Amino acid sequence: MTDKPAPYTIVIGLETHVQLQTATKLFCGCSTKFGAPPNTQTCPVCTGHPGTLPVMNRRAFELSLQTAAALNCNIATYTKWDRKQYYYPDLPKGYQISQYDLPFSYEGWLEIGDPKGKFEPKRVRIIRAHLEEDAGKSMHDEHAGKADSKIDLNRTGTPLLEIVTHPDLRSPAETKAYLTELKLLLTHLGVSDCNMQEGSLRVDANVNLHIETPTGKVATPIVEIKNMNSFRAVEKAVAYEAERQYSVWQETGKKLGDPGVFKQTRGWDDTANVTRGQREKEESSDYRYFPDPDLVPVTVTAEQIGAVRQSLGELPAQIRTRLEVSYGLTPYDSDVIVNQGRTFITYFTTAADIAGDGKTASNWLQQDVLRVMGERNLTIESYPVPAAALGDLLKRVRAGEVDTSRGREVLQRMFDTNETAAEAMQALGIEQVDESALMALCEELVAANPKVVVDVKAGKMQAAGAFVGQAKKKNPNANPARVRELCLEIIAKLP
Amino acid sequence: MALYQKTATELLGLLNAGQVTSEELTRAYAERIAQVDPKVGAYLRVDVNGALEQARTIDARRKRGEPLGKLAGVPVAVKDLLCAQGELTTCASRMLETYRAPYDSTVVAKLRAADAVLLGRTNMDEFAMGGSTENSAFQKTRNPWDLERTPGGSSGGAAACVAADEACLSIGTDTGGSIRQPAALCGITGMKPTYGRVSRYGLVAFASSLDQAGPMARTAEDAALLLEVISGHDPHDATSVNVPVPSYSQNVREPLQGLTVGLVREHFAAGLDGEVESAVREAVKVYESLGAKVKEVSFPHAEYGVAVYYIIAPCEASSNLARYDGVHYGRRTDEAKLIAELDAERKQLLAAGKKREAESLDTSLVRLYRKSRAEGFGSEVKRRIMLGTYALSSGYYDAYYLKALKVRRLIRQDYDKAFEQVDLIAGPCTTSPAFKIGEKVDDPLAMYLVDLYTVSANLAGVGGISIPCGFSKQGLPIGLQLQGPPLAEDKLLRAAHMYQTATDWHTRRPKLA
Repeated sequence: MTDKPAPYTIVIGLETHVQLQTATKLFCGCSTKFGAPPNTQTCPVCTGHPGTLPVMNRRAFELSLQTAAALNCNIATYTKWDRKQYYYPDLPKGYQISQYDLPFSYEGWLEIGDPKGKFEPKRVRIIRAHLEEDAGKSMHDEHAGKADSKIDLNRTGTPLLEIVTHPDLRSPAETKAYLTELKLLLTHLGVSDCNMQEGSLRVDANVNLHIETPTGKVATPIVEIKNMNSFRAVEKAVAYEAERQYSVWQETGKKLGDPGVFKQTRGWDDTANVTRGQREKEESSDYRYFPDPDLVPVTVTAEQIGAVRQSLGELPAQIRTRLEVSYGLTPYDSDVIVNQGRTFITYFTTAADIAGDGKTASNWLQQDVLRVMGERNLTIESYPVPAAALGDLLKRVRAGEVDTSRGREVLQRMFDTNETAAEAMQALGIEQVDESALMALCEELVAANPKVVVDVKAGKMQAAGAFVGQAKKKNPNANPARVRELCLEIIAKLP
Repeated sequence: MALYQKTATELLGLLNAGQVTSEELTRAYAERIAQVDPKVGAYLRVDVNGALEQARTIDARRKRGEPLGKLAGVPVAVKDLLCAQGELTTCASRMLETYRAPYDSTVVAKLRAADAVLLGRTNMDEFAMGGSTENSAFQKTRNPWDLERTPGGSSGGAAACVAADEACLSIGTDTGGSIRQPAALCGITGMKPTYGRVSRYGLVAFASSLDQAGPMARTAEDAALLLEVISGHDPHDATSVNVPVPSYSQNVREPLQGLTVGLVREHFAAGLDGEVESAVREAVKVYESLGAKVKEVSFPHAEYGVAVYYIIAPCEASSNLARYDGVHYGRRTDEAKLIAELDAERKQLLAAGKKREAESLDTSLVRLYRKSRAEGFGSEVKRRIMLGTYALSSGYYDAYYLKALKVRRLIRQDYDKAFEQVDLIAGPCTTSPAFKIGEKVDDPLAMYLVDLYTVSANLAGVGGISIPCGFSKQGLPIGLQLQGPPLAEDKLLRAAHMYQTATDWHTRRPKLA
């Protein structure tokens, strides 16, 4: 893509399926744990045996309510279950229990922004969020004409929340920002682990273009993109699809609503970096939805909805604002910290409160703590230096007890030995050098380096760096900035 | 009187008094079955050895003085629509001919917990769709009163086995009359409880919002006993009612005081056989003689019952039966043959230059679905799947399914209004006595009309019971249907028992050589 403004607007809407973190499935008692041997987490109910009946998992419904409340959705006081009917081997009942015309929540929004300011903050409107059961997995082995398929029903019946947006997104960057913010919200609430590799978060994107032409605005046919396995893939797929649709439009002039033009489904090929046509929907499939007579409608009182909204606590967007207002962080810094999750946020605020400065704490957390966590594959929970200990170290750095570079050595020692900042500093022999001793040292250095003095006098201020290096050798505790200052003062007084 | 002619209540008395063992009793039934079932065809399978083993275990426990369940040692027949772990549950369909359920239905589990002896599985219309048991994929069941006639259905085997003294207790299921109608045609007592009174877990679904299992027996006393055992809230069934189960078997002998019986004006209209009408009117007089008041009530929407039923039931059935696709269990067509067939079709089309047609041939998966279902289902099941699929299709949904749901609510309101004035409703259970085998098989509409007086209770979710109230000149039994408000099983059983203490129709037996 070039930086030249495109001659069109990309219009994107997302359907996101999120697996809820319940211990058991939506309508039976089977475990939802990922990775078990095929068909070991099944029972007569989720494998659709004759005579079996579904019973709703209350926990899944509670998690759904929390999510809907956090997405600013209206919550229905009456909701029901519908059967969506189609045949596929990984759908053992021949229908999926879902919600059709009365989803439990609707009309919400999620605010997105870009900390680097690539786009204006905006509210992405949510059409609806509904609860449904997941299907199983089909594995097709189609080599040498001996088509063979295997079905794993472990996933069948796992609770899924489907969140559908209005076509409010206008760029790959906005699309990625929405998904990042959604994932942050869901993991913050603990309703899903949003692991795309394990399929706990799956995204389909509906994309088309609005093109300005001399005769007015035209829209290209809508394409649904599937098979995107990472946020990066979504970003790339949307960008690719925009360019593809534009060149197809230039070639054919086909518009949305033209006779013979239908909604198309395309799959993202992550190695070739292209979307490939899967099928044209000549007419929308007839799923013959009807209310599931095996389940009773769910009613929720206004008091229950109020209690859910009350229980949400501070959400990521509010935490970002708090970090910016109370700790003086930039939107970029608050975004990095909040994206690390609840424990990291608490770690930050604890360290910052003791250090007495949010900016310093934020810098150290990003440059030192996150770096080491990445290198050593640690989580903040397993990072050995307690927040209070780091805060204490940072307080000493700010007070000049130890300079930044030696401070890093102290942190390293605290990491290795679990010592406090004071213990580590003592072990490293760090102590404040008395001002008169420092002055004596500097006078000695100036006297010993006549060439440097000449250079400095000639205006080559950087030559003074030599004093710092030599001072460190003579006394590692000498504060480099102070040494430089004192040496320059002495030279200035020389005739 | 032979052991197998006694009621369950009498047999329990003998068992508890040590005058008979469950093994003796089970053997007596096994012999009776061996003697008459070749003519009647009520059972699909009889597990004599398994039943005797259960009987001996219970006898031993009784001897040791252990506490026993309410049906300890009494044999019970179960319709082949209720799952029993490790056992065949065929629904009288080729589709499930070799299907063994991996779990117990709640009804079967409750029978086991009550120490009943599970004697065997009874014949039925395939997936409970039909009113004559002629739709069984496996065998015909004959009416013990006239072997040329059907026992009714779909619980035809369940009714016939009781009428022929091949069991004293039997479990049926009723979606539009499938307990009450065969009970009436076979001259026994059969009750469809209020929707939700008995758990549907493990009852293979035909129409989920209408299905209900219930007791079939010779007397109201026995029906009360069996209902008491199988009723109750079930955490596995979200539609089961969480209301305590009264002691039906204790209460059944208490007559109802100040009873008002309602007669539905619309039930006594064109289509009702004269002999049935007079038997029912006589039965009402019996109630009057027992002190009941009689009042006429109106069901303005009664005439739509059958139409509504034949929208809602097939809609739900089309969905419930989608799972029988040949993939996970049940009948799967011969795959090698299928592949060869598809290849041949493709070659033929290509040879004829029909490339497009060759490309649009079924995939092997779609053909597997088609052939497995075509082979596995009988024609009545297919007819209902097609009716339901059509009615739920986009563009038809509102006109059929949604409208049917609205009328269903009106029918329920008819009941609610009636029960403001009367305690129970009495009327004919069927329009006529048992019909001949083959008489209605080519006329599905005539067959559907056998449900005329019974479907409304299912649509409204209320309970109903059929009890013998006379015989036609040809010697065929006639049934009186009593219907009650939701969860009024107690009242229905007491009213039925009152009638049976004043009459002896229920004690008559067919003459089977």
